[in-house]
Amino acid sequence: MTAPVSTSSVAVPALSPRLLAFALLTVGLALMLAYLVAFDQGALSHSGMYLHELMHDGRHLLGVPCH
Amino acid sequence: MRTFGSLLVRGLIVGLFAGLLAGTFAFVTGEPRIDSAIAIEEANASAHSHDAGSGSGHHEHAAEEEPLVSRDGQRFGLFLAASLYGVALGGIFAVGFTLLRRRLRTSSDSYAALGLAAAGYAGIVLVPFFKYPPNPPAVGDPDTITQRTVTYLLTLVIGLLAVWAGVAASRWVQRFGDLPWIRLAGGGAALVLTVVVAYLILPKINEVPDTFPATLLWQFRLASLGTQTVLWTLLGIGFAAAIDRRTPVAAAPKVVAA
Repeated sequence: MTAPVSTSSVAVPALSPRLLAFALLTVGLALMLAYLVAFDQGALSHSGMYLHELMHDGRHLLGVPCH
Repeated sequence: MRTFGSLLVRGLIVGLFAGLLAGTFAFVTGEPRIDSAIAIEEANASAHSHDAGSGSGHHEHAAEEEPLVSRDGQRFGLFLAASLYGVALGGIFAVGFTLLRRRLRTSSDSYAALGLAAAGYAGIVLVPFFKYPPNPPAVGDPDTITQRTVTYLLTLVIGLLAVWAGVAASRWVQRFGDLPWIRLAGGGAALVLTVVVAYLILPKINEVPDTFPATLLWQFRLASLGTQTVLWTLLGIGFAAAIDRRTPVAAAPKVVAA
């Protein structure tokens, strides 16, 4: 399935193994950050429940199950 | 063409601002609801000698009088949480855009970004929202938090799969006729079918106490949906704007034939 798009107008670089590696790294770090906001109870942050309590209101309003 | 680094930096910055503004929306519309819900939670807690802090169920009872983070701290934390969540989403969005751009059948990078944001919003926000709507404090049994977290993440993945199924179906039905309504009907049917089947299979969860005010629940859920709508809308429009190299030029006034 080739897209009928003239690639010259497309703003993204061509796919390469190096790009995929960076993409994977980015997604991993971003998911870790999202985890800290949404689910951490001290396991990753080593802050005990501090981070969990600090993010409490945000977690509720971002739609994540809390308690 | 932009490098991946250029796209990523733009995604992160746009995500930060989208998160900050979503946090502001949440602060205005959601905080009063959370305060009301916490008041109910504390009233319940003193009645049941339950944990009063966040109700997460893991607190020392000795710490009950002195919460780990004050309410003001949590209000600040709302902005922090929304901003960090926005940054994380912005990073993932930039990666998604980079990897999927060539598969999106539009010559416009702006439409590609907006379409991707709409897809993400449908899959990550709407599909989980209608099955497991978010709950304010005082709603939810701490003993089922693991199950609810897993089912929530499951709906999120299913939501993205449903969007993918919709797009795939809308392309497949083109063989029967390449008209916009055929693509929309085919894609919409596949998306809805996937979501309905998933909703029927996933467990029902309703832990809203009978005594919890319905209006407050409704207002809280609207505030939550609004917060995420602001976040994704700004992410899509902001990213489209940030990757556009063209200088905006005002359109020439159209001459309308009377």
